[in-house]
Amino acid sequence: MTQGDAATDPSMTDHMRDGQMVTADGTPLKASLKRAERRRKIIALLFVAPLLVFLMISFIIPIGQMMFRSVDNPQITSTLPRTLEAMEAWDGQGLPDEPVYAALAADLTIAQENRTVGQLAVRLNYEISAARGALTRTARQVSNMEAPYKEKFLDAHRLWGNPEIFQIIKREGRPLTASYYVSALDRTYDADGNIVLQNENRRIYVDLYIRTLLMSLGITFLTLLLGFPISFLMSSLPMRYANLLMIFVLLPFWTSLLVRTTAWIVLLQQQGVINELLVWAGFISSDNRLGMIHNMTGTIIAMTHILLPFMVLPLYSVMKTIPPSYVRAARSLGANPWVAFWRVYVPQTLPGIGAGAVLVFIISIGYYITPALVGGQSGQMISNLIAYHMQTSLNWGLAAALGTILLVGVLVLYWVYNKLVGADIKLG
Amino acid sequence: MAVPSYAGRLERTWYYVFRILCGLIFFFLIAPIVIMVPLSFNVQPYFTYTTEMLTLNPEGYSLRWYQDLFSSSSWMNSIKNSLIIGVASTILATTLGTLAALGLSRSEMPAKGLIMGALISPMIVPLIISAAGMFFFYSSVGLAGTYLGVILAHAALGTPFVVITVTATLVGFDNSLVRASASLGANPARTFFKIQMPLILPGVISGGLFAFITSFDEIVIVLFVAGVDQRTIPREMWSGIREQISPTILAVATILVAFSIALLTTVELLRRRSERLRGMSPG
Repeated sequence: MTQGDAATDPSMTDHMRDGQMVTADGTPLKASLKRAERRRKIIALLFVAPLLVFLMISFIIPIGQMMFRSVDNPQITSTLPRTLEAMEAWDGQGLPDEPVYAALAADLTIAQENRTVGQLAVRLNYEISAARGALTRTARQVSNMEAPYKEKFLDAHRLWGNPEIFQIIKREGRPLTASYYVSALDRTYDADGNIVLQNENRRIYVDLYIRTLLMSLGITFLTLLLGFPISFLMSSLPMRYANLLMIFVLLPFWTSLLVRTTAWIVLLQQQGVINELLVWAGFISSDNRLGMIHNMTGTIIAMTHILLPFMVLPLYSVMKTIPPSYVRAARSLGANPWVAFWRVYVPQTLPGIGAGAVLVFIISIGYYITPALVGGQSGQMISNLIAYHMQTSLNWGLAAALGTILLVGVLVLYWVYNKLVGADIKLG
Repeated sequence: MAVPSYAGRLERTWYYVFRILCGLIFFFLIAPIVIMVPLSFNVQPYFTYTTEMLTLNPEGYSLRWYQDLFSSSSWMNSIKNSLIIGVASTILATTLGTLAALGLSRSEMPAKGLIMGALISPMIVPLIISAAGMFFFYSSVGLAGTYLGVILAHAALGTPFVVITVTATLVGFDNSLVRASASLGANPARTFFKIQMPLILPGVISGGLFAFITSFDEIVIVLFVAGVDQRTIPREMWSGIREQISPTILAVATILVAFSIALLTTVELLRRRSERLRGMSPG
């Protein structure tokens, strides 16, 4: 009951007081309604709260923590506090003076006792490759050293005679660092501390991002190329046949990802079905079997197959709603079949194309399993390198930086997707 | 879509060419799965058809890879693990997801877009990033390498599917039914179980199936978070493909295909039932 209704209803006048609507117990109706509404809001929130809290703890916070790892830099500040203090007087040119080496000796003695030298050595090794050897060797000798320390350090390892290591300690002696992002973008610091491009033979990541983008675009295009005709066919057939054909799309969709990847290995490998068939048919000789797997071709074929249903489902659901009378009207007005199709039909399918394309692109840009199994060297994507740094090189800061860049890219794309189709993701 | 009577010769030709093209695309979709199935019955440890198989000679076929599968303790263990983790994470995801969908479908829900975004984020974030984040977090709280860790991680991945399917079912839900039930004296719990639940059940079940298949098919999280004891079927296939590829994998794959056909049928039947209940035409 709104106030407007009440004003025109004479029977409600005994519920008026001082020109305000009141409820039976005398509180103003407005306040009472507001309270009821607030209560309903809280109840609605209570329904959502368990899942929200669960996802917060098990998903969102872990990802936030991972992203923080890409800038987190505690190793140097925690193990070399005296050195950093002593280095404040150093101008950054040439080698520092004795007090810095003395402080370094004191810090390393403590670090050796606390067994924290290892972490420091690994951290500095990301910046300069001789650091691990220099630190572990020096730390073992440091308890026997006496002043003057500078000479002893120069004897212990040649790295201590290189001003670069001190520039690095000074630059990275802060709780937060940008250096993982600098490496993730194939940059490095030069002697003056400027960010410059990495040596050509050490540039990996930007090329890999570009390759991942290009492969995802290619796969998206292929799924559109293959998905459009069959969606069109299904949408124009009677429901009975369309549902039958839909099985061809839904069965792969529901089949395990690893099963489909295995199937492609069976088909594409050197001794596989396709090569055997081609040899048997005489198209190729047995010595020239096609290398269709463990390279980019294999990744693109397998991923196009795996992601095709994600293109067909949104396309089909849009095409089903397009009335066939529009194309017929265009034809009757004299358009030839091509013009009727291109100018009248295709523009109406654009929401479906947009939704399917962004969906396929988002999924393929973060793909890991299929490239890892059938990709070989040339079919690797950025996810594979993130996994490599997570599991093999154990450079977790760099893995986090690479992952954060990927995540930001995907979120931007998702935002675009949302603008295009709204949050209405259709399943099955 | 028959050829219209006014179509010219070019258009008629195109009509048939188009159908053949579509046939080839459907073949591309289904062939890899279909071709793989008979190979799992191969006598030889090869991934290609032998002459005996092509001539349909019974001696070319055997069940040896299936025997291999069922007598292998590591495969049987992985099946058990997949089921334990799948069922537990599905129950968790379905319960939390259904509750959240009920809240989200209330018209008075504040900040709906923001909350929906947070709830479906596990579906959008690339798996490798979720896996990396969970690896660090679960190791730091001692959940890495435990069943609970994998179950929680898989439940998180499965919830968006439950939220989306149940919310979709609730769109067609007539709220006057709830009011009618309340006016007849039923308390909210009774209203929920007697009125709402039966009507949204198809959505809940198909959301649950999506959550189950997500867990059942998931490998990236398992690679990072699970230990040796929690190896699931995909994890076992992963090392099978990478280390010693043997046709046993094809036997597993064939069983999984049969399994997915069963799931597909269930979801399709549920969808039709749900649409019938909501008074839509089946389609």
